Formats: sequence, structure tokens, C-alpha cells
Amino acid sequence: MAHYLLVRLGQALLVLLGIIVLTFLLTYIVPADPARMIAGQSATAETVARIRHELGLDQSLPVQFGRYLSHIVRGDLGRSYAQKVDVGELLRSRLPATVKLMVAGILFELLIGLPAGVAAALRRNTWLDQAVMVGAFLGVSAPQFAVGLMLLYLVAFKLQILPLGGYGSVAHLILPAATLGIAGGGWYARVMRSSVVEVLTQDYVRTARAKGLPPSGVVLKHVLRNAALPVVTMVGLDFGTFMGGVVVVESVFGWPGIGQLAWQAIQIVDIPVIMGVVITSALAIVTGNLLADLVYPLLDPKIRYQ
Amino acid sequence: MKRMKSNFLSAVSRAEVWAGRRPGAATSPPDVTVNAGRQSPAVTRLRRPPQAWDRLKKNRVALAGVGVVVVVALVAILAPWLAPYDPAEQFAEGLSPAGEPFPPAARFWLGTDLLGRDLLSRLIYGARVSLLIGVVANGVALAIGTVLGGLAGYFQGWIGPVFMRCTDMMMAFPALLLAIALSAILRPSLWIVALVIALVNWVWIARVVYAQMLALSAREFVEAARALGVGPGRILSRHLFPHLLPTLLVWGTLGISTTVLFEAALSFLGVGVRPPTPSWGGIINESQSYFLSAPWLVAFPGAAILLTSLAFNLVGDGMRDALDPQMRGR
Repeated sequence: MAHYLLVRLGQALLVLLGIIVLTFLLTYIVPADPARMIAGQSATAETVARIRHELGLDQSLPVQFGRYLSHIVRGDLGRSYAQKVDVGELLRSRLPATVKLMVAGILFELLIGLPAGVAAALRRNTWLDQAVMVGAFLGVSAPQFAVGLMLLYLVAFKLQILPLGGYGSVAHLILPAATLGIAGGGWYARVMRSSVVEVLTQDYVRTARAKGLPPSGVVLKHVLRNAALPVVTMVGLDFGTFMGGVVVVESVFGWPGIGQLAWQAIQIVDIPVIMGVVITSALAIVTGNLLADLVYPLLDPKIRYQ
Repeated sequence: MKRMKSNFLSAVSRAEVWAGRRPGAATSPPDVTVNAGRQSPAVTRLRRPPQAWDRLKKNRVALAGVGVVVVVALVAILAPWLAPYDPAEQFAEGLSPAGEPFPPAARFWLGTDLLGRDLLSRLIYGARVSLLIGVVANGVALAIGTVLGGLAGYFQGWIGPVFMRCTDMMMAFPALLLAIALSAILRPSLWIVALVIALVNWVWIARVVYAQMLALSAREFVEAARALGVGPGRILSRHLFPHLLPTLLVWGTLGISTTVLFEAALSFLGVGVRPPTPSWGGIINESQSYFLSAPWLVAFPGAAILLTSLAFNLVGDGMRDALDPQMRGR
């Protein structure tokens, strides 16, 4: 187990390092000139050259990368070109909003997807099953931004049940979380259904039934616990899947999270901020996967890491 | 007890879970021995394509999906003849005296947009962008994924782990952020958008192909071909590639659905296909500031995206069921 843990951790670090290199190269080869962006279109060539020198952008690629890496190791993500603030500080101020949104989104998709999937599997090939599957397909195929805008129009504008955008209370959180989780709800319903169907055919379920356990006991004790395994992996992956969705959902609802931060930074080629967001989200994704792998064996005693 | 040591050394994608793959199953070397002896349905099915076709024909939901795909494709191809107006023409009578767009009515069936253009005509032309990018981007992703995943799965050795780590990295990279950054910097044309989407999406297909290739290349017929002195190029193209076709067919179709959504999201954020080319996501982007007064400008393009994406999902799912009867109803 300890060996496995080390290998897995090493791999996670390797993936992170790879992403840092990749992002850095990407920002290096872009045709846009950050010094020109900061100086403005009307600045003289001397001003641009001075800014370039101050930022160290006139040095060679290995030197720049080495400096960046040594700063990251010390937890320093650099300063935003546009806002003259530490990137770490920007991320810290924006992260809570995004984390709230993601957690609420995950809760939403689990609350919708899991019961629907279990119900569909237990009532296989009935109208209920078909209705759930139709709903799942719709959720997976729906464009989030349009769903978000229509929810705003119907629920917030027409019915006036929830606030029209904004940030703060739980009421503000409901529509963005629902929008973020709508596709996931479909995925979970689908995966949970197929998982329960598979578990129901297993010998141990037959044994449990044969020994006279009531149906509810079979489902609760034997079926659900085993069927929930793929879901654990999926929750771990959700952080990655959500990073894209977060940009869209935050843009629709004016949610002050890192998705908006990234979006604004990309438009003005604020490289340190872009790097910061990419590294943060990669970290979240890698950690999510790692956690899912570590929780897995606790739930499934069949698996021993060697 | 099955040894599952390295099954968990790499992440499983949501798509892999979706495709009915249990986490860890058939994604890494130890499973080869588990799978090798079993005559997997993925392999036998190609010999009897009529059966798969018969099964697909009986699947009414999938057929409905095929119908929608055909209709959308026809709309895209016949756009100049179907559209009632020029999608770029700004009608003076398309806006009210106060400068507001019109809701659906007799003259403009689906209403007009903020510039007084006919929404129906713009939606019809938008189908071209959606489908073209969906098919091209997904085709490129499929090609990259098949070549890389196939080669890594066939040659194994040190290539396999390196390949898996690279895909891990790609999967930990926030795809939409990458695409936004690339698009924002490159100021893209339609083809560049397609290429960008392909570059962030190939990894899913590569992993599926890799897993299948691992299982396939341990089978006896490959061994036999090697023993007969058949070269790797010929084994790959003549002996192994045909076995991948069903998988590629299913993933190619399901992938179009994802790609259509991806393109729509990029265009919605304003970094997809540039105006004046009408795209469904772009129409919503242009109308966003005014959508509370003109919800039809969001509802109709949104429905078009949903319908197209849904149709490809249904067809792909139907094909999966038809080609792999064991998955049926799962």
C-alpha cells in the first residue's frame, strides 16, 4: 500500500510538472506580446522594451522557465500583469466562490443522478426506466450556457423565485449549481443504472436473497455499496470535468470565481494569471483522481494494492 | 482474487465509465491475461455485421436519432435553398420602431435578432458550422487517437506507460481553458476552431483504442501472424485495425455530440467561429445581453444544439448496443 501510494504520488507530481512545462511553452510561443499589452498601443518602443526587461521577458526560455519553476516551488505564482497583484492573492480571493459552486454542483448531480439511476435499475424496462434514460440523455446533450440562460429567464425572471444572478446567499447558488450539474446528473443516472443492473446479476446478491434477506436489505447492504464504486471514480474526475463548465457557468451567472478570472486573463494575455489558474485546476484534477483511487480500496475489499 | 495492481495507476475518464467500462477494467497490461482467453464480443461482432444492423434497425430510439441526424445534415447541405432569407441581411422591418427584435410571427417564423436579421435563416446556416466542425474536429481527433493509442498499445514496452502518463497529463489539463486560450490567441477561422477542438479531444479516443489494442495484440491470431513473419505495419493495418472499427464507429458518433457542444460553448464565449458566420452558440452570445426581453433568441438556438447533440448520442448508443449485445440494456 505504501509503495503504491508513493508510485501514485510520484506520477501525480510528474503530471503536474508536465502541465507546468506545457502551459509555459504555450504562453511562450503565443504571438501576443505581453509587454505591448501592458504598455498599451500608443507606448513607444523604448517603454515596451523597458517593461519587457523588467518582467524578464527578454531572457532566454530556459532562464525564464527556471526562474518560474523556482518561484512556484516556493509557492510564488508571480504577479498579474494587468492588476499588479500577486496571482496567489487573486486566486485566494476567487477560489471560495468556485469551490462553493463546484461542491454545490456535485451535490446536485449526485442528488439527481444516483436515486434516478437506482430507481431505473430496480424498475428495469418499465416506463420509469425509460423516463430516467430519456432525462439522462437530455441532460448529457444539453448546452450548459443555454440551460443557464433559460433557467434565469424562467425561474428568476418570470417566476421570480430565485435571484437574477449575483453572489452571496444559498439562493444565489441554486441556479448556477443546477446548470453545472445538469450534464453530470445524466452521467450519474446512466452509470448508476448500469452498475446496479450489473451487481444485481452477481452471485452474492442471489445468495443474499436466497438466505431470506428482505429485498430492501439486499439493495441497501449488498447492491448499493458495490454499485457505488464507479461513482467514486467519477466524483474524483468531476473536478476536471467541471473546470470547463465553470468558465461557462460563471460567465452566464456573473459568478466571481476563477473561471471568470481565467476568462478575463486570457483576453488580455495576462500570462501569470493564466498559468496560475491552469496550475490550480490541474492540481484539483490530480488530487481528485488521487483521492478517488485511495478511497476505492476502502469501499471494495476485493482490491489490494501490491 | 483478481490482481488489480496497476489498474488504478491511471485515471479512468468519465467517458470510459460512461461507455460501460468499470474503472480499471481493460485499461492496463495485467488485464490482458484476463481478457485474452475470453472471446470478447468486440472481436466476434465484425464477422456478422448483418446481425448488428438488424439489431440497430429494431432500436426505435436510435432510428429516431438517425432521422434527426439526416434532417440536420440535409438542412446544412441545402441551407441556401431552405433559408427564407439571407442570414446576414438586416431588415429594416425586422426591428420595431423602438429598435427591438420581433418574436416569432408570420413574416419571420422564428423572430428576428438584435440586428433585425431572420433567426430561422441564421439557424439553418448555423447547422453548417455545427456539423462541419463536429465531423471534422472529431475526425481529426479520431485519427490522432487511433494512431497514437494503437501504436502505444501494440508496441508496449516502455511506450505504454509513457503514453498513459501523457494522456493523464492531457486529461488533467482543463480542456476548455486550453481551447479558449488557443482560440483567443489565434483569432480563429472555422478550420482552426476544429483543429483546436481535435487537439483537446483526441485523448479520450486514444485511451479507448490503447486499451483495446492491448487486449487484441495478446490474442492468438496476432501471435500466428507474427510467427508467419508478417511485418508490424501489415499486422496493424490488416489484422488489428478491422477489429477496432466497431469501437471507432461508436466513439466517432458519440464524439460528434461532445464536439458539437464544445464548439457551441466556444462560440458562446466569443472565441469560436467569428461573426458574421452564423453559429448556434454565437447567436446566443450576441443575444445574451437582451435575452430577458427576447428569450426566443436563446431558446431556439439552444434547442437546435440540444437536438443535434442528442441525436448523435442516441445513434452512438444504439450502435454500441447493436455491436455489443452484452451491453444491451446496461
